[in-house]
Amino acid sequence: MARLAAGLSPRSAALLGALFAVLVAAPFIINDYLLTVLIIILYFAYAGQAWNIMMGFAGQLSLGHAIYLGLAGYVAATLYVLLGVGPWLGLLAAIPICAACGAIIGFLAFRFGVAGVYFAILTIAFAEFARIGFDNWKFVNASSGLFLPVKQYAHNDLWRLRGDPTMFYYVILAATALLFMLCHLLLRSRMGYFWLAIREDEQAARATGIDTFRYKMYAVMISAAVTSFAGVFYAFFYNNLFPEQVFSISRSIEIILGPVIGGVGTLFGPILGAFVLTGLAEALNSAMTALGIDLPGATQVFYGICLLLVVAGLPDGVWPPLARRLGVGGSKK
Amino acid sequence: MPFDVYLNVAVGGILTGLVYGLMALGLSVIFGVVRVVNFAHGEMMTIAMFIAVVAFSAFHLDPLIMLIPIAAVLFALGYALQTGVINPFVTRPEHAQFLLMVALAIIISNALLIMFGPDARSVQTAYAFDSYQIGALIIDASKLYAGAAAIVFTAALFAFFRLMLLGKAIRACADNHTGAQVVGLDVKRLYALTFGIGAACVGAAGVMLTLIVDTTPLIGPSYTLLAFVIVITGGLGSLPGALLGGLLIGLTEALAGLTFSPSLKSMFAFAILVLVLLFRPQGILGRRLS
Amino acid sequence: MKRKSISSASLTRRTFSTGVAAAGLVAGVAPFNIARAQGGALKVGVLLPLSGLQAGIGQDCLRGVKIAPAILKSESLPPLTIMNGDTESKVDTARARAEKLISEGAQLLIGAFDSGQTTAIAQVAEQKGIPLVINIAGAPQITEQGYKFVFRNFPTGPMIVGDAFNNQKAVFAAAGVSPKSVVFMHINDTYGTAISGAVDHVLPKFNMPYTIAEKISYDPAARDLSVEVAKAKAANPDALLVVSRLNDAMLLTREMVKQRWTPQAILSMGPGWYDDEYFKTLGKLADGPISFVPWYDPHKKLTGVLEAALAKSYPGVQLNANHVFTFEALLVAADAYKRAGSADPKALADAIRTTHITDNVSVGPGIMFNAKGQNDKVKDGAIQNRGGKNVILEPQEASNAKPEWPMRSYLSRG
Repeated sequence: MARLAAGLSPRSAALLGALFAVLVAAPFIINDYLLTVLIIILYFAYAGQAWNIMMGFAGQLSLGHAIYLGLAGYVAATLYVLLGVGPWLGLLAAIPICAACGAIIGFLAFRFGVAGVYFAILTIAFAEFARIGFDNWKFVNASSGLFLPVKQYAHNDLWRLRGDPTMFYYVILAATALLFMLCHLLLRSRMGYFWLAIREDEQAARATGIDTFRYKMYAVMISAAVTSFAGVFYAFFYNNLFPEQVFSISRSIEIILGPVIGGVGTLFGPILGAFVLTGLAEALNSAMTALGIDLPGATQVFYGICLLLVVAGLPDGVWPPLARRLGVGGSKK
Repeated sequence: MPFDVYLNVAVGGILTGLVYGLMALGLSVIFGVVRVVNFAHGEMMTIAMFIAVVAFSAFHLDPLIMLIPIAAVLFALGYALQTGVINPFVTRPEHAQFLLMVALAIIISNALLIMFGPDARSVQTAYAFDSYQIGALIIDASKLYAGAAAIVFTAALFAFFRLMLLGKAIRACADNHTGAQVVGLDVKRLYALTFGIGAACVGAAGVMLTLIVDTTPLIGPSYTLLAFVIVITGGLGSLPGALLGGLLIGLTEALAGLTFSPSLKSMFAFAILVLVLLFRPQGILGRRLS
Repeated sequence: MKRKSISSASLTRRTFSTGVAAAGLVAGVAPFNIARAQGGALKVGVLLPLSGLQAGIGQDCLRGVKIAPAILKSESLPPLTIMNGDTESKVDTARARAEKLISEGAQLLIGAFDSGQTTAIAQVAEQKGIPLVINIAGAPQITEQGYKFVFRNFPTGPMIVGDAFNNQKAVFAAAGVSPKSVVFMHINDTYGTAISGAVDHVLPKFNMPYTIAEKISYDPAARDLSVEVAKAKAANPDALLVVSRLNDAMLLTREMVKQRWTPQAILSMGPGWYDDEYFKTLGKLADGPISFVPWYDPHKKLTGVLEAALAKSYPGVQLNANHVFTFEALLVAADAYKRAGSADPKALADAIRTTHITDNVSVGPGIMFNAKGQNDKVKDGAIQNRGGKNVILEPQEASNAKPEWPMRSYLSRG
């Protein structure tokens, strides 16, 4: 616990606590539609944070992160559909599979010196590979999609993740909070400092004796393993999986929007980014409806413009300047 | 399967590959010189395609006639884009560049969706259904013309880079950024020119593609990806490499689709990409990056 | 009626009102209060993919929505207030929009064309106890979940395939032909794969005269289909069995012309080949293909009314399944509302379950739902492209033409 508190100024701890308290109380205040929006926000906050480990901490740009979401989702869903295995056990199976996948990609990339944009393209290639592969794999129903049986809503079954949106909300809230704490610990650990060195200048880091290969692998594997939870959650919340949607590059892009807007490499960036983006999207949608504008695609254009403005005007993301304003000392690098 | 089927498919693949090559050339030029990850490449091509489609349906102007004007329009667009929006991003980290281009891509494709609606549009030229038969070989007329146009355009581009002073200046920029500045080249202007040229290439390729495929506002991303695969396979910074990569991908996709299942076609392109990235990251004809 | 707007500031603001604020949202500990409008218009939330990949079809379905109110009025059915929701062709958005429409007071939902999005919406509907009338969605699982509030007036994939085979045999009999081999080409997307799976499952039971010589599946993002057509041509089948979308249908036809191959018949079990755009783009080359799809019955009275309304509001647009089934979903809603006499969702759901509309538009005895909420009586039609229009070959009660077999060679069509 002390380690957790270390590095957090009293002010930031207080603000974090306040935010958490508000989020815990949320289901009692807002209606189900907003609850669903919050679930989506937290989902992206979680996934973005997971991606951030690879990119923000260790500097490896992954543009095919959807592969871990998809793999985990399919593993857990298949186990549930075929053997009735609950999602938490399914998660136990999904984590090593995703970590292994990350290890393969990392190994292939790092051993052969694939870095930067090339690494990014490699991750895209793998994700597309998975998409087409699953699209043609009869075992998981190929492109017809895998449907999870939904038997009841009457009571909350936490073990099987069947029930009220409120239950799902608390699950994803807890997960996001836990991941936040994990990242905080990781950043302050020895490995976290090695990652910082690798990110800033890999050659120099190697020169000081850091085994860059090993630590980059750790980053990739941890990121992949952690992302798997989001995949399992998705599968059990929406109850259907289609390779076209789950592995698609647009999903990979969706995940990284939050952290980049919020602030890559920062601890709070992905969470803030998720709130800003989804909040913006929903607000725009509501505004358009209220104004009676019925132009499909217009929301996305506004969205793109806002994205453009943030990327152009706030290079480090929205969080660092905001953090300075709030007096919590900027990014926790 | 009889041999002539393979032959026909292979010829078709090569012709299409030439057009892909031209598209990838645009990306190679941009990526190689300006070092910007242009993830709006496909969307820029979509703009050109729509201009061609609209010009055809409104004025019955054959796309091949519109080739030069549309390429010029895209040139201007690329130039303006680079000078106005992209220039400050050249020195920014890759993910920032990438997101900038993604934002642009989202804006462009959805603006096109609003303007033109989601339905596919095609260019029904007089020769849209023609084919030439030489013995057992049946060649699609539209593909033949598109392929020929691609060769001509590419040859002109090669000549530009080899022979003209401006072209050499751009190559100098690509080879050695600092050196180019030392020699007194106006790098910023050259970047803009290069982006414009790259955009013109992709615009021309788009016009040619309207003869072969249908145009919808959302086809951008898959072509962007294809362009990257081709550029990396053929070799960054190598113009012949982009063309070769295009041919290779066009051919393998076609033959793989014929031999195995067509729905797995794209997997082969990605498999090739992975192999190239691992074993020859500079691409087939590329030079090792410093 | 003025649309309510949702103020996003309510994320942190508390509202403990139990009534409906004029321009705010309904909040409270329990699920919101559903306005009990007695005799007012029923608030129907319509969820369709109006943007994104499926935008074209979504907007076509919307046409069915736009012309419905006037027709329903002329049938002496109560009025409906339509609340549009764009699912953006994405599952997460579909779910969120469904939630949003319900929170804005929707008393019944209709949608959503895509099986994945419809599943997400069905879950929300079931949870909230708001009836969902599915206009179009083929995945059989949706009505196998034991839901009490989900109803589908559209055949499932297996139903479509089974009917298709029956109709094919009828067409063969009427044309006096017996094709020995076919090539089955299908798009590798949700619908295409579902039909393909159903075909594998169902074909042995039907004793068709042909065998499938080759199965060719292609990626939805396919740039050109020359390879696929070359493969099909090389197998030299009597007929081409196909499941595709509109774009691919046009691409495939063009390729067949260019590669100088005309099969005896094209038997389609999906969209595209009967579309307006197909006719417009291909002109004389459009004639011939036979589609085995859910369709309208031209002999039914309401069909004529619908056609006229469509022609008036959207001249040049031919009536198709998108319009028909979306309209019928609204018809079900209005009819149930009339019989229930109240907008209470439970009453509505019970009323829908006892629906019995024989004066409808689609082929078959009419609209009625079994215990699972599925209309298992709706039948497919067999339609053929002829002279720029669709004529109905089968089933006999809906038929208005005889089949033309084989297709005239593409090369001789000038």
